[in-house]
Amino acid sequence: MTAPETHLQVQRREVGEVILAVEGVSLAFGGVKALQNVSFDVRSHEVRAIIGPNGAGKSSMLNVINGVYHPHEGRIRFKGRVFTDMDPHEAAVMGIARTFQNIALFKGMTVLDNIMTGRNLKMRASILAQALRVGPAEHEEIRHREHVEQIIDFLELQAYRKTPAGRLPYGLQKRVDLGRALASEPQMLLLDEPMAGMNLEEKQDMCRYILDANEQLGTTIVLIEHDMGVVMDISDRVVVLDYGRKIADGSPDEVRANQAVVDAYLGASH
Amino acid sequence: MTTAGRDAPERAADTFPKLLMRHAEVRGARAAIREKDLGIWQTWTWRQFADEARVLAAGFATEGLKRGEHFALVGDNRPRLYAAMAAAQCLGAIPVPLYQDAVAAEMAFPIQNAAIAFAFAEDQEQVDKLLEILPSCPTLKRIYFDDPRGLRHYRQPQLLAYEKLAELGRERLLREPGCVDAEIAKGNGTDVAAMFFTSGTTGVPKGVVHTHSSLIGPARTAAQLDGLGEDDVILAYLPPAWIGQNIFSCAQALVGGYCICCPESSETVMTDMREVGPTYYFAPPRVLENLLTQVSIRMEDASRLKRALYRYFMDVATRVGGALLDGRPVGLVERLRYRVGDLVIYGPLRNILGMSRVRVAYTAGEAVGPDLFKFFRSIGINMKQLYGSTETAVFVCVQPDGQVKPDTVGPAVPGVELRFSPQRELLVRSPGLFRGYYKNPQATGEALDGEGWFHTGDAGYIDADGHVKIIDRVKDVGKLADGTLFAPKFLENKLKFFSYIREAVCFGDGRDRVCAFINIDPEAIGNWAERSNLPYSGYSDLAAKDEVYKLVRECVERVNADLAQEPELAHSQIHRFLILHKELDADDGELTRTRKVRRGFIADKYGSLVEALYGGRDSVHVEAQVRYEDGRTGVYSAELKIQDVKPVPVAPQRKAA
Repeated sequence: MTAPETHLQVQRREVGEVILAVEGVSLAFGGVKALQNVSFDVRSHEVRAIIGPNGAGKSSMLNVINGVYHPHEGRIRFKGRVFTDMDPHEAAVMGIARTFQNIALFKGMTVLDNIMTGRNLKMRASILAQALRVGPAEHEEIRHREHVEQIIDFLELQAYRKTPAGRLPYGLQKRVDLGRALASEPQMLLLDEPMAGMNLEEKQDMCRYILDANEQLGTTIVLIEHDMGVVMDISDRVVVLDYGRKIADGSPDEVRANQAVVDAYLGASH
Repeated sequence: MTTAGRDAPERAADTFPKLLMRHAEVRGARAAIREKDLGIWQTWTWRQFADEARVLAAGFATEGLKRGEHFALVGDNRPRLYAAMAAAQCLGAIPVPLYQDAVAAEMAFPIQNAAIAFAFAEDQEQVDKLLEILPSCPTLKRIYFDDPRGLRHYRQPQLLAYEKLAELGRERLLREPGCVDAEIAKGNGTDVAAMFFTSGTTGVPKGVVHTHSSLIGPARTAAQLDGLGEDDVILAYLPPAWIGQNIFSCAQALVGGYCICCPESSETVMTDMREVGPTYYFAPPRVLENLLTQVSIRMEDASRLKRALYRYFMDVATRVGGALLDGRPVGLVERLRYRVGDLVIYGPLRNILGMSRVRVAYTAGEAVGPDLFKFFRSIGINMKQLYGSTETAVFVCVQPDGQVKPDTVGPAVPGVELRFSPQRELLVRSPGLFRGYYKNPQATGEALDGEGWFHTGDAGYIDADGHVKIIDRVKDVGKLADGTLFAPKFLENKLKFFSYIREAVCFGDGRDRVCAFINIDPEAIGNWAERSNLPYSGYSDLAAKDEVYKLVRECVERVNADLAQEPELAHSQIHRFLILHKELDADDGELTRTRKVRRGFIADKYGSLVEALYGGRDSVHVEAQVRYEDGRTGVYSAELKIQDVKPVPVAPQRKAA
C-alpha cells in the first residue's frame, strides 16, 4: 500500500458531457481586437483553465461567457441553449457564477452577509416579507443560512463570520469571494485570477478549495490564471490565448510542450 | 444492571465507564457534551453520550479490540473523540491520546512503544500522518476517522469511517444487547484507565500509566474543594493529549456530571468562550498572556476617553480588586469606585473575555507572572493557581478560595503528602500517583522511590502560610561563578510579562554574569511599529530594528530594577541581551509541545550566539537554516546586534521583616 499524496490529489469526478461551447467568438473594442475567432468547449465536472500573457484576452473571454460582453461574431452554447446576447443576470440564473480579479465584496458587511448575498437569486420571499420576517420568509432565511454555514465550514471561515469583509487580509477576502460565488450553487464557476497576489501557502490553500469544490460539489470550474505552475497542477485541460487568438488547447502536458505557448510566454518576435 | 442502584452514592462507580452509565441514568436528559457545528451548538445528553459510547464499544469489540490493549486517539476536542475514548474504556482497553499538532514522526514512538493496533483520527490531516508512519508501525492495523472530508479517494484497507464503525456496533448490539455492559461490569478501579505521553523536555517521551482510581480520586477531591456539580460548564480547548485537559474535561466532568463544550475550531475559541460562558475555566499562563496582550492592544487603539477610563479604573482594580475577591476589608469609597469600574470596565471586559460566568478559574503549567495573575483577579475573575504534573494526575497543590497568592501554588490538596529533599526538590505521595512509566522500569525507578515518593524535579519551599512556592526546575537552578543563586525561569518569567516579549532564554550558570536571548512578540511589537510608522518586512527585520532594541532594553532595565529589590537574586541581573532572528518553535525542537523553552537545546543550537554574548562583541553573524511553512528550506544570514544593559545598583540590604 502506498501512502497517499499529501498535497494535491488530481483525482476527481468523472468528466462528463460538453456543458459550454464557445464557437468562433470575436470581440472588438473600437479598433482593438480583444478576441478573434476563439472556439473551445468545457465539459461538466472538469477544471478548465484559460491562460495567456497579459492582455491576451482572458478576462474578455470570461466576460463573454458571463454575459457582460456580447460577442460580435460567434456564439456561446450553454447546456444546449444558444446565446448570442445573454446578460449577467441571465447567466447567473442559468447557473454560472464568478469571482473577480479585484475582489468584489461589500467591504462593510460581515463575511456571513457577503456570502448570503450569493443566495440572492434563490430567495423567493418579497423584500417586504423578508424585512418583516413574516410568512415563509423566516423559514426561507433559516434554510439559506444553513447553506451559508455549509460554505463557511467548507472554506474554513468559522472564525470570521461576524468580521466585516474589508477588515480581512487579502487572501481571506479572496476566499470569501469564492464563498459568495459558491453560495449560488452554480453549475459552472468562473474564477478570474483566483491566485493573483497570493503567497505560496495561500495559493496552495486556494487550490485545495477549488479542487474540493470541483470534487465534492461537482462544480465545473473555468479559471483564468497567469501563474502557469498552479494551473498545470490542477487543470484537466488548458486553453492558451495570445493577442486574442487561441494558440493551444489540450492537457497541461500537451500545452507545456507546445512551441507557440513557450514563445508567447518567453517572448518571440512578432 | 451494570452499576449500583440509583440511590447508591456515585463513588460506587469506580471506573469512568461506570460513571458515564450512571450519569445516563441519573441525569440522562441533561447536557453532557456540546459542539458547535455549522454555526449552531449541538448537544449530546448524558443518555446520548452513553449510548454513543456503547455503540462504538460494540463496534470496537467486533473489530477485535481487547481488554488491556492500547488504543491511540489523535485529534482536537470533539464529542466523537471523547465517545471513542469512553468506548475503549468500556471494553477495558487503554486510550492513549496523542498531541494532534505533533508531526508524523513524533507519533511513531508511542504507537511502537505500546504496540498499538487501533487508532482513532479526527480528520484527513491526522489520517495522513498515521498512514505516513504505517511502514514503521507494523502493529497498526486499523484507523478510524471522524471527518470524511478529503478522504473519499483513500483506498487503504486500514481505514474505516466512524459511521461504518457505529453501524458495526449497532448490529452487534442487536445480536448481543448486553455485550458492552458485561464488559463494563468487569472493570474495576485498579485497572489502567489511560496512558499519557509526556512531552519529553529531555529524551524520548515516556508513557505515564494511570488507573481509574488514580484519576478519579484527585478529580473528585478537587471537584469537592470547588463545589463543582452538574450545573457547571467548561470549554475544552486544550489538546486532549495533555493530562490537564483530560482531567478537566473528562475525569472531572465524569465525576461532577458537568457539561463539556467543544469549540468550533482552534481559531474560534474566543468567540466560543463568549457564547458558552463557562463557569469553570483553565488556562495555562501562555493563554492568559495572549489574552492580556490582546486586551492591551485593543485598549491602545481605543479612543482617548476610553484609554483614560481604562487606566483610571484598572488602577482602582489593582488596588482593591484582589482584596474584594478574597473578602478582605476595603474602604467604602474604594468599594464604590470599584462598583462603578465594574459597570464600565471590568464587567464588559469579563464579557469580552468570555469569563462573565466563571466561578473557578485555574492557571498552572508554568510560573505565572504576578502582574498577569493579579490582572485577572483584579477584574473579578476568581483565578487561582494549582500545581501538579502528568505523573500526579494534576492536583498536588491547589489554592483554596480566599487564600490566593500570586507567587505560590497553594497548600497540598487533602490526601497529598509533601516533602522536600536536601536539594530543595519537591517530593509527593498521593492517591493520584501514576503506576509507572510504560515499559520503562529505569525511569520509573528514578522518579518513584522505594517509599512511594514521586520526585517532581521542581525546586521550591513551603512559605509561612503553608503554601508551596516553586522557583524553578531543580536541574536548572544554578549558580553564577561567584556563587550567586541563578534561577533562569524566574528571570525569564519576569521578562515575559512585558507584552512586547514573547519568549526569553537566560544563561548564567557557572558564568560571571547573566545574558539573555529575547524573542519579541510579533503581534504586540508589530502593532507598536504600525503606530510609530516604522515599516518592516517580517519578523527578522522587525527584530533587528534599533527602535525595537530600545524598547526591549527598557523592559530589561525594569526587570533589573525589580531584581535589585530582591536580596537573594539581586546579583543575577541581566547584563547583555540580543533579539533572536527567528521565533522559537516547537517544530524546530526549541520549545516543547506545551511550549516550554528547552534551554539546553537552545544553548547548543545557538552556541555561537551565547559565546558572542559573553565575548563582549557588539554584534554576531548568524547563518541559519530556516524551514518555511511549505516545507522548503532556505538559509538566513544576518548580523545580530548585542546590547549592554546597565545593572541597577543593589539596594542596601535592609533588615528583612
